[in-house]
Amino acid sequence: MAQLTINGESRTIDVPGDTTLLWALRDLAGLKGTKYGCGVGLCGACTIHVDGVAQVSCMLTVSQVEGTEITTIEGLSDDGNHPVQVAWRELNVPQCGFCQAGQIMTAASLIEDKPDISDQEILDGMSGNLCRCGCYQRIVAAVRTAATGS
Amino acid sequence: MLHYLEQAAAGKVAPRKAIVVRNVSRRTFLGTAAAGFAVAAFPKDALGFAKYEVGGSQMPHGLVYDPTVFVSIDSDGTVTIVAHRSEMGTGVRTSLPMVLADEMGADWDRVKIIQAEGDEPKYGNQDTDGSRSMRHHIQSMRQMGASVRFMLAIAAMQHFGIIDQPIEAVAEAFGASDDQFEVQGVTVGVHEVTNDATGEAVGFGELAEIAMLVPVPEFEQLNFKDESEFRYVGKGEIEPYDQHDITTGKAIYGADVDLPGMKVAVIARPPAVGAPLVSYDATAARSIAGVEDIAELPITVMPAKFAPLGGVAVIAAHTDAAIRGRDALEIEWGEGPHSNYNTEEFTAEMRETANAPGKVLRKEGDPEAAFAEAAKVFGREYSQAHMAHAPMEPPVAIADVKDGKAEIWAPVQSPFGTRQDIAAALELPIEDVTVHVTLLGGGFGRKSKCDFAIEAALLSRDVGAPVRVQWTREDDIHHSFFHTTSVERIEVALDDQDAVTGWRHNSVAPSILSTFAEDSGHQFFIESGMGHVDVPFEIPNMSIENGKAMAHTRIGWYRAVSNVPRAWAIQSFVAELADELGRDQKDLLIELIGSDRELDPPNQGFPDDYWNYGEVYQEYPITTARLKNVTELAAEKAGWGADLPAGSGLGIAAHRAFVTYVAVAARVDIVDGLITVPEMHIAVDCGFVANPERIRSQMEGAAVMGMTLALNSAITFQNGAAQQSNFYDYDIVRATNFPKVVHTHIVEHPFSVHAAGVGEPGVPPIAPAIANAVFNATGQRLRDLPIGTTVS
Ligand code: FES
Ligand code: FES
Repeated sequence: MAQLTINGESRTIDVPGDTTLLWALRDLAGLKGTKYGCGVGLCGACTIHVDGVAQVSCMLTVSQVEGTEITTIEGLSDDGNHPVQVAWRELNVPQCGFCQAGQIMTAASLIEDKPDISDQEILDGMSGNLCRCGCYQRIVAAVRTAATGS
Repeated sequence: MLHYLEQAAAGKVAPRKAIVVRNVSRRTFLGTAAAGFAVAAFPKDALGFAKYEVGGSQMPHGLVYDPTVFVSIDSDGTVTIVAHRSEMGTGVRTSLPMVLADEMGADWDRVKIIQAEGDEPKYGNQDTDGSRSMRHHIQSMRQMGASVRFMLAIAAMQHFGIIDQPIEAVAEAFGASDDQFEVQGVTVGVHEVTNDATGEAVGFGELAEIAMLVPVPEFEQLNFKDESEFRYVGKGEIEPYDQHDITTGKAIYGADVDLPGMKVAVIARPPAVGAPLVSYDATAARSIAGVEDIAELPITVMPAKFAPLGGVAVIAAHTDAAIRGRDALEIEWGEGPHSNYNTEEFTAEMRETANAPGKVLRKEGDPEAAFAEAAKVFGREYSQAHMAHAPMEPPVAIADVKDGKAEIWAPVQSPFGTRQDIAAALELPIEDVTVHVTLLGGGFGRKSKCDFAIEAALLSRDVGAPVRVQWTREDDIHHSFFHTTSVERIEVALDDQDAVTGWRHNSVAPSILSTFAEDSGHQFFIESGMGHVDVPFEIPNMSIENGKAMAHTRIGWYRAVSNVPRAWAIQSFVAELADELGRDQKDLLIELIGSDRELDPPNQGFPDDYWNYGEVYQEYPITTARLKNVTELAAEKAGWGADLPAGSGLGIAAHRAFVTYVAVAARVDIVDGLITVPEMHIAVDCGFVANPERIRSQMEGAAVMGMTLALNSAITFQNGAAQQSNFYDYDIVRATNFPKVVHTHIVEHPFSVHAAGVGEPGVPPIAPAIANAVFNATGQRLRDLPIGTTVS
C-alpha cells in the first residue's frame, strides 16, 4: 500500500512498495499519458516530475516517491497550455506522438527559470528522450521557443 | 505489401501493364452536366480533374467512393469524417479527411474525425503501408467531397424553393433522365449554401437532412474545385488532428485502453524461431505478487505468416507483475530448425553467393559481351545487417473474447487483416470479430504484422477475461519481423574512354516471402521492384541478378523495405566509381541516369512480373527528368562543389521509391572522430502536394531514421537468437547527434501529376548520402551498414 501525491491529489495505491512507478501510474492510478518505451531508463518516454524535476518513472519504485509531489503530463498545466505545450503545437512537433509526453515533461523541467538556455544545454538536456519518428529538429526549436517566449 | 505477398505466396502474380482508358475528359463531363446537372456550385465554371487509375482499385476491397459511408453532417453543422487508414505519425488521419473537407466546402474547425474499425467491405482497403494512403485515396476523397457538395447544393435548391417539389420527388426524378430538371441558382461556400438571387444563406447543418435523401451522384455528374480554390489542400496550415491530445497526454495508443477486469500478459517466446519448449518451471513466477496465471501458446515454425511465435505467458493483475513474472520463468528451449543461425557465417556465405552469377531477373543488351570486351571492370560490394523497427510504442494489444465474439483494440497498420487473422485463429466467423484501431506509437512496418493481437485474442479466450498483451522493448527487439540482411555486388564494364558499357548487380538477401510460403531462397517481384531491376541508368548492357539466401528468422518489411539496401549499394557505388574515374560524384550520377526519358520496361528486359509499386506503369512511369531534377535541386541548395575544410564533406544520393523521387545532399563534419551531420538538403518530388507540412515532417523524420540505420542499426544472430535487447545495444540517434538542420525542398506539381506518398521514400538515400560525405571528409569508404558512429 502506497500513499502518493499525484498532480496535487492524494492517492492510495494498493501495490507492494517495490512496484515500478511507471506501471503504478499507468495501470493502477489510471494515468495513461506517461508511456513505456524501454523500461530501463534509456528512452525518456516515461518522464514525469518528482518535486518539479524530470525523472524517468520506469527507474523509480512507488516507495521512493512517497512524500513527494508527482506531476504527470495530465497535471503539467490546468488547461494544456504550458508554454512547452503551446510551443509544441505551434511548431507541429509530434509525428506519432508516443514519445511526446516524455519530451514535454523533460523540456518543461529543463527550461524552468532558464530564459537564456544555450543550444548545447538544450541538446544535452533532451538527449535522454528518444524519438523514433525523428522530431528532434522541431523539439529543439520548440524548447527554445518555450524558454524564450519567442 | 501484404496483398502482394499473399498473391506471390499463392503463385498468383498479376502484372499491371494494362493501358488505361482514361475517364471522360473534362469537356465531356461538363457537357453532360450542362444537359442535366448544372450545379452552379461555384460562381465560375469549375474545373474537374481527369480521373486516373491507381493501384488502390486492385487492392483487396478496392476503393470506396460512397460519401454516405465516410461523411455525416449533424443538424448543428458538425461534419464527421471517417479516417479509414491507420495513423502512425504520417498525418494521414488529418490529411485524407482534409482533402475531403476542402472539396466539400467544410470549415475545418467544424470537422470531427472518427476512426474506422477494421471493415474493408465497408471502407475499402485499409492496409496502411507502402506509402499508399495519399496515392490511392486522394481521388476518392475528392470525389466524395464533391459529391457531398453536390448533394448539399440540391438540398439548398429545394430549401430555397428553386425546386418546388418535395425532395423525395427530386430524388426519384434524379436517375430517371438527365434533363428532368436543372440544378442551379445556388452557390456552395464555406459550410453554407447561398441563394444567388436573394443572397440568403443556409448552413450545412440545416440542409443535412434533405441532402441525405439526394442520391449520390456519379463522377461524371460532378464538378471539382480548381486547385486555386483549395483552402487547405496544398497549404500545410491545418493542425494535425490529434496534436492537442498528444501534447496533453490524452491521445489513446494501444496500451491506453482499459477494460474492467482486464489482465496483463507478458510472454516468454522462443529465442530462435520454432525452437521447441522442452520444459518450464513457473514456481518463482507464481510467487510474485500480482501474478495470477500461466498459459502456454503453441510454438510455430516458419512459414507461419503472422501467427504468434508461441511460448509461455504470465498473466497478472498489472504490467509490473507480469514482466517480473515472465522474467522469473525458468525455461528450457530445445533446438529448432534455425537454432544454428549465426550472422558472421551467414554474411560470409552471402558474400560468396554475391560474387558468383545469380539468377538473372533483367537482361538488357548483351552484358556478357560488354564485360568480356571491357577495357576495365570495376566492382564493389555493400552489405546491410538485419534491423528491427523499434517503434517507440512496442507491440501491444487488448482483446476481450467472450460469448463467441472477439473485440480487439490494437495499434495495427492493417485492421481488417488483423480481423481476418483473429477470426481464423479463434475459428470465429469474421462478423463476430471487431477490431478497433488506436493511434499507433510508430509503425514502420512492424505493426503490419498482427502476431501481438492474435496473442491477446488467444489468451483472452483461454483466460476468460479481457487481456492486454504487453511487449517489452526486449521482446520487440528479439522477436521482430526483421528487415532482411543483404549483400549487394555491383560491377561495371568500362571501355577505353571510361564510358560505362555494362552494369551487373547481384542482390543476395533472404526474402520476405519466406514468412508466407516455403522458402525458395530467392527474392520475389516486390523486392526486385524496389530499386533493383528498375535501376534508372542509361547503360546499354544490364544484368540484374539475384543469388540464393535462405531465411532463418522472420523477415518482414521495414520502412522503405528493399529500397534501403539498393539505394545504399547503388548510390555508394556511383560515388566510388566517380572517384575511381576522377569524376565529380554528382555529375557522374546525372550522366548515368542519362537522357530525359521514361524507362520502357518491356523493351528494356524487365521481368514479366515487374512490380511498379502496384501501379499501372503508364500512370507512374520512371521519369528520369524528375530524378535528375531532385538531384540537381538538392546539390544546388547544399552548395555542391564548394571547398570545405578538412574533416568535412558533402555527399549526395538520389532514389525513386514508391513512385516518389528523393535526393539528399548531406553535410558531414567529423568532430573528434564522431560522425556529425550539421545539415541536410532533401529534395522531394511526390507529384501533387496535398499537405506540405506533413511532407516536411516525414522528410525530417526520414533523415533521423536514415542516420540511425546508417550509423547504428544492426541486429545480429547467434544460435538463432537476436543478440541485441534494448536501446543500449540498439541505439537510436539522440538530440546530441542528429541531422541538425534538415531543409526540405518540395517540387510542386498540378493535380495532373499524380500524387504519391512520402512515408517511406525519404529513407533510402540518407545512408548513402552520409557515407559518401564521410568519404569526402575522410577518404574512408565504408561499405557495410551500419557504418558505426565514429571514424578513426
Ligand atoms: S520507459 Fe522509462 S526511460 Fe524508457
Ligand atoms: S513522435 Fe513518434 S516517437 Fe516521437
